[in-house]
Amino acid sequence: MLREGEFRIPSGCAISGVIDKTGKRFSGGTIVDSIAVMRERSNGLGGGFAGYGIYPEYKDYYALHVFYDTQKSKAECEDFLDRHFDIINLSKIPTAKIKEITDEPLIWRYFVTPLPTKLAESQMEESEFTARCVFRINTQFDGVYVFSSGKNMGVFKAVGFPEDVGRFYRLEEYEGWCFTAHGRYPTNTPGWWGGAHPFALLGYSVVHNGEISSYDANRRNIEMFGYKCTLQTDTEVITYIIDYLHRKKGLTLTEISSVIAAPFWQEIRAMEPEIRQKHEYLRTMFSAQLITGPFSILVGFDGGLMALNDRLKLRSMVVAEKGSKVFISSEEAAIRVMEPEIEKIWSPRGGEPVIIKLNDEVVRG
Amino acid sequence: MNFIYPENEIVRNEKRCNLCRVCDTQCSYGAHEFDEQSGQLNSDDRKCVNCQRCVVLCKQMALKIVPSGNKYKENYNWREQTIKEIFRQADSGGVLLSGMGNPGDFKVYFDKIVLNASQVTNPSIDPLREPMETRVSLGALPRDIERDGKGQLVNNLPPRINLSMPVMFAAMSYGSISLNAHKSLAAAAQEMGVLYNTGEGGLHGDMYSYGGNTVVQVASGRFGVHPDYLRSGVAIEIKMGQGAKPGIGGHLPGTKIVGDISLTRMISEGSDAISPAPHHDIYSIEDLRQLIYSLKEATGYTKPIIVKVAAVNNIAAIASGIARSGADIIALDGFRGGTGAAPTRIRDNVGIPVELALASIDRILRDEGIRNNVSIIVGGSIRSSSDVVKAVALGADSVYIGTAALIAMGCHLCRSCYTGKCNWGIATQIPELTKRLKPSVAQKRLVNLLTGWKHEIEEMMGGMGINSIESLKGNRLMLRGVGLSERELEVLGIKHAGE
Repeated sequence: MLREGEFRIPSGCAISGVIDKTGKRFSGGTIVDSIAVMRERSNGLGGGFAGYGIYPEYKDYYALHVFYDTQKSKAECEDFLDRHFDIINLSKIPTAKIKEITDEPLIWRYFVTPLPTKLAESQMEESEFTARCVFRINTQFDGVYVFSSGKNMGVFKAVGFPEDVGRFYRLEEYEGWCFTAHGRYPTNTPGWWGGAHPFALLGYSVVHNGEISSYDANRRNIEMFGYKCTLQTDTEVITYIIDYLHRKKGLTLTEISSVIAAPFWQEIRAMEPEIRQKHEYLRTMFSAQLITGPFSILVGFDGGLMALNDRLKLRSMVVAEKGSKVFISSEEAAIRVMEPEIEKIWSPRGGEPVIIKLNDEVVRG
Repeated sequence: MNFIYPENEIVRNEKRCNLCRVCDTQCSYGAHEFDEQSGQLNSDDRKCVNCQRCVVLCKQMALKIVPSGNKYKENYNWREQTIKEIFRQADSGGVLLSGMGNPGDFKVYFDKIVLNASQVTNPSIDPLREPMETRVSLGALPRDIERDGKGQLVNNLPPRINLSMPVMFAAMSYGSISLNAHKSLAAAAQEMGVLYNTGEGGLHGDMYSYGGNTVVQVASGRFGVHPDYLRSGVAIEIKMGQGAKPGIGGHLPGTKIVGDISLTRMISEGSDAISPAPHHDIYSIEDLRQLIYSLKEATGYTKPIIVKVAAVNNIAAIASGIARSGADIIALDGFRGGTGAAPTRIRDNVGIPVELALASIDRILRDEGIRNNVSIIVGGSIRSSSDVVKAVALGADSVYIGTAALIAMGCHLCRSCYTGKCNWGIATQIPELTKRLKPSVAQKRLVNLLTGWKHEIEEMMGGMGINSIESLKGNRLMLRGVGLSERELEVLGIKHAGE
């Protein structure tokens, strides 16, 4: 049977996320409870989580989470890591044996920092060096897949229902200031764990519900800039687009949402001149990063969380606030289970981003 | 002695004919003749080019043109066409001439490609109820953004052209076609928010008012090129080659160089306008760069420069070179692309299918990371809205239509443009003929064609769940090939149906 990445799988999904604006850490158990409510939206073929602020003791090191098929592939990858990084710590990622989750690969975690000599030789920034190493491993090494590579954050994913995946990874034992979750409803069997969500690169992680119709236009464009789409999933290409626009091109998150869920030209024509010119520029300059078709996404990043719907709002998504916490989910029920007494709740319009940065006001639109 | 028996026969239904004589007064070729003595209308099949003018104008429907049915004793190797061409050359000693693009039985790849539609996992979008965007913007993109002191984005885009839909009228020169044809194209382009192209014959004084919808062309003959001309349009096209006749320049017979055409081209009346095969200031890629920048200097860097090339063997590498030479847009012309006159041997044997050329160019520019340096316009030949959608999904930013636009105006593809006697008033300069083409009528027909295509493009996009044409560009997963070999699929960069 083909593995995911060798063919393209459409998926329906559930997403959920929670962030504490003050940076106060809380247990990952919260998000597992939330995603469990939306079991109907998954089919047991994929679930996963991203947690931010979970590795404070190693916050200056890249945390690489890696799936290995065999001991041999592990040895090869570790040899590569040794030659490019200082490995500060390595261990198996702790898991619980549960009957719902089977056929697990070897799952390892490394806290690393680029070797100064290698980094200087490459003439790259630390983040670009690390990203390129991740691409090299994922495209050139058989049976190895780096599925998380940020600092003070981590992705945990598997084939299974998301609440079982949460128990498997013992998510309740982690504490962070932000968590996102994903329950997947793929049309086909993914064949391995790499295709589950979130998808992550460096500090960016994306959970996504939808099937974008612009996929191949986006993929073929982003691959011009050193990215390699190995999974053929929407989430993967969306992550790369966000990394490209944010880290490499220096667009703000609001600008990014105006690129990937751009206002229609007819809306732009009606805008005030200054704003109109900005949108005309963004749509022209970054037309290849426009994403069409249904999506609702949660983008985790260093220092915050962004939620965004496609411009026609073809997928459900609601946002709620209580105190310093902001909750975002495909369904309101998944928010109520985390916080029954919410103070404010709304459905963002299509293309209207909700951006939550630590120690900042919630930005809408 | 003429060895060639006419291909077609004019059939007149005597019962229906009321001797109104529209046929014999309309036919510039003299195929119908009224015999005063007998009071009969006679036909000369030898003179008929099958342009259908008389058929369409005969209110009695008394006329039709049918195959004469005369058969040569042909075989697979010696077909009638081949035999006739030898007869013709034995008669004249000349180079065989033909009109329009390559007619050969090479595969039309557009017809072997099918489109996707949404089912279940994502919704199709209804263009009757939701916005559907067909607007495109063509030109080079800078590598990076810039911000001012306040952190605001600065518009650092080089000059571009904007189109309401990804269709433009291809270069057809004033001279090869009539001023009325030019006016029709320009007015239709203006009404639709797209562009027409002057071709290599310069710009008639009456046409400057359409500047906002004009691409001015600079070809190897430099006919009609002067500073005001260069500044008059929104883009300048350097014509390096033409799909119908790669490797040679345009030919306009002296019979068409009359009056205003001679003035506009800045050549004397009656002289043949033979464009040199190469540009004599471009013998290599670095020379092209100099011409591109000369034109940019001449127009103060306010207009994008299009470089038009014919699809030939090494086209991907050539396009890559052009993309590194300051061009903003590459126009690619395939061997099915039309022409008023081309040497038959060249038309039928030189150049490659445009679908393959387009796919290769788009791929190589992406492989090299320079696809954003240029936009791509593809032509030769785009026949329908589905060809447009397929071309865009293969990687084009826009298309050029020439032949389809002529047909909309009344052309019936008799392929005798080089005679200068076009009965439809399009490819002629004879005043009695040119006045037959009413710009207001032809404009309306062109607008209708584009409007119909726009609706169809929107329907096809909506079916795929795409509501902006930008998300279709290069979106090859929306395409599948049927009955194509692995090699062909590989070049096109698409999967086979069922995969």
